[in-house]
Amino acid sequence: MSANHDRSNLLEVRGLTKIFGTLTACDHIDLNIAKGEIHALLGENGAGKSTLVKMLFGSLEPNSGEIFWDGKPVQITSPGVAKKLGIGMVFQHFSLFEALTAAENIALSLNDGSPISTIAAKARALSYSYGLPLDPESLVGDLSVGERQRIEIIRCLLQTPQLIILDEPTSVLTPQEADKLFETLERLRSEGKSILYISHRLEEVKRICDRATVLRHGKVVGHCNPREETAASLARMMVGSEVKAVVRAPAEGIETAPALLEIRGLSRKPATPFAIPLKNINLTVRAGEVIGIAGVAGNGQGEFFESVSGEVLQQDAGSVRIRGKDAGGLPITGRRLMGAAFVPEERLGHGAAPRMRLSENLLLSRHATDGKAFVGSGGMVRNGAVYSAAQRIIKAMDVRKSAPDPEAAALSGGNLQKFIVGRELDRKPSVMIVNQPTWGVDAGAAAHIRQALIELARSGSAVLVISQDLDELFELSDAIAVMHNGELSAPLPIAEATFEKIGLLMGGAEPGHAEHRIEVA
Amino acid sequence: MDITVNILLTIATAATPLLIAAIGELVVERSGVLNLGVEGMMIMGAVGGFGAGYLTGSPWIGLLAAIIVGALFSLLFAVMTLSLATNQVATGLSLTLLGLGLSGMIGTSFVGQPGVRLPNLDIPGISSIPVVGKLIFGQDPVFYISIALTAAVMWFLFRTRTGLTLRSIGDSHTSAHALGIKVIRYRYLAVIFGGACAGLAGGHLSLVYTPQWVENMSAGRGWIALALVVFASWRPWRVLAGAYIFGAVWIGQLHAQAFGIPVPSQFLSSLPYLATIVVLVLISRNKRLTMMNTPASLGQPFVPDR
Repeated sequence: MSANHDRSNLLEVRGLTKIFGTLTACDHIDLNIAKGEIHALLGENGAGKSTLVKMLFGSLEPNSGEIFWDGKPVQITSPGVAKKLGIGMVFQHFSLFEALTAAENIALSLNDGSPISTIAAKARALSYSYGLPLDPESLVGDLSVGERQRIEIIRCLLQTPQLIILDEPTSVLTPQEADKLFETLERLRSEGKSILYISHRLEEVKRICDRATVLRHGKVVGHCNPREETAASLARMMVGSEVKAVVRAPAEGIETAPALLEIRGLSRKPATPFAIPLKNINLTVRAGEVIGIAGVAGNGQGEFFESVSGEVLQQDAGSVRIRGKDAGGLPITGRRLMGAAFVPEERLGHGAAPRMRLSENLLLSRHATDGKAFVGSGGMVRNGAVYSAAQRIIKAMDVRKSAPDPEAAALSGGNLQKFIVGRELDRKPSVMIVNQPTWGVDAGAAAHIRQALIELARSGSAVLVISQDLDELFELSDAIAVMHNGELSAPLPIAEATFEKIGLLMGGAEPGHAEHRIEVA
Repeated sequence: MDITVNILLTIATAATPLLIAAIGELVVERSGVLNLGVEGMMIMGAVGGFGAGYLTGSPWIGLLAAIIVGALFSLLFAVMTLSLATNQVATGLSLTLLGLGLSGMIGTSFVGQPGVRLPNLDIPGISSIPVVGKLIFGQDPVFYISIALTAAVMWFLFRTRTGLTLRSIGDSHTSAHALGIKVIRYRYLAVIFGGACAGLAGGHLSLVYTPQWVENMSAGRGWIALALVVFASWRPWRVLAGAYIFGAVWIGQLHAQAFGIPVPSQFLSSLPYLATIVVLVLISRNKRLTMMNTPASLGQPFVPDR
């Protein structure tokens, strides 16, 4: 047995298993990470990547299996133990405290008792030496997501770990910030450190990773050298079948088509100290086109969606116009009655009521617009009609579920998203506004949702998509506008748009964007 | 002159239990736990303190007993909400109801008995200096404890690493857990500290304020302490200010009622509450500062997934 434990492996995992109730999230996982390599962990959402790294970092306890560190068996019972061994982690969902400063956040994870000012000085020095400049005195709540990511990375590096785990680190970065991160990772590798890199962005993995382990449904389905694979072959390994490419027929006659959604001079003051103010936003979406809004998370997209959907009303009724009529003073139902449909970012609690059945969720969002179909005389609900409409949507969107009409919370994120998008599409709205249409949705379902949105537009509706995923926007959109610090750039036609151009706008590099908080170093 | 000094002294006596209970609750809430049982822990401290003092004849043993009873009573809350993850609001409310009932039962034989009183500080020569001597060197020991406690909590929360850790848990227990901080252990200690403070405040009532046992003698002071913490936006010096404003207006309106001012007494009785709220709302106008000081995970049960 011990002969197998090659000392060149920093970390070796044997048969690691984690069971939640009836779900086996990780099923006998084997993984070897060599010293000085960048090892990719690939897999769809729900494949067990996060569960696996949580076990490696001690925040989850495995049901069975062994972990060897530097050839010796170890029990990682808590994050403290992991840190002592030399494992550092940069979390996908930030584990930062918004009400504290960057230096205080860093101090909390070091527990070495040195004064905050010393830690701040060390953090500043280290951050500049890696080209990730950081102001330790700033309050985390005030920082952009990219800057928060830097704090996480610097905090991790200050612990001088041997193995650094990065969980989807680039999903919140501009392409230029991501480049900076890759440089840092390559430098760490040259210093002999190992990196476990989790991502679903295959191009990135091909670019920087030495080896890859692919997970599917909690099992290891293969190991490969990503440099020898294509993005398509990696995707096939992850999904287990061919992923259909999204087809976007060229839009015709858009210039003369009627403007179905117009936003004119939309401004909004921040509702909370950490919210982003919207500054004089102008945008027109015409019948037949898909407009994408790109931007690093937290630059006002959430506030913009709330204003356009009617969750927050406008002072000036003319700042949001739907099908040529002022809608700024109307609430959500009023705007829906004008032919608009909305899909918010959060599925549970915002897009759907978690403890209610799918059919009930359908009725909740459409009782006003489809009153005649779903509500009979005297306000009685026509349960049969609602149920069959729900089944129609489930069929059209290929929603996979365990019961005929389950509670929303019982569906996986991707399937619930398919239902929520399908629920709105089923109305054939003339204006459709979607925030993060495929966030956390697996590749097959994402392609399905994107195709459906394009087809809706081509059938004569106006579609507005807000997304952090640039690949998605390039697949979907006829033009891409960029939101930065509460301002929206003019839409760039897709033929002229490149990752580079959009990335620069996401970082705020446009003459119109005066305030420039992230210095792209 | 003497009247002024006496009024100032009664204000301090009225403010002290509020300050102590509120400072204890502030630490609890800064760790992200909402304990609505302050009133119950306070009255238990009062009955425990009176009983121990009455039986042993020593007010100091009484004070110590008040602290211990308050801490033990809060331990009940801690086990329920932290280990068993029950709803904090419901558990806190039942703690108050239980405390009021239990103290009445325990205290039946104490009703009408003469209690013992903690002696005021008396430094020969200094305490007899006019005005200053009495105000600064001639008050009851709990008054000095309350001021020292406020300063100590300020120092602890904002100057020590442990205090920073406690605040971080109140801001986000999931993030704290991810860093390997022992969330539940910290919260246990915070809740017990809060209970000890509430018990001490209760002991002040039955060993200093009115050295006797009367059922329900806390008379809603626990609730005022809770409100002070929120209106002071979880900042110790504002709690101190709030407690003294409340005490001052309370004593002021008592004197006004005694004078027979032609204003309905109900209105006068409500003045302390109104004045405290108005002043604290005015000093908490800065929304940003309030947001920064509000423990974001307040009242949410924490169950680590393992």
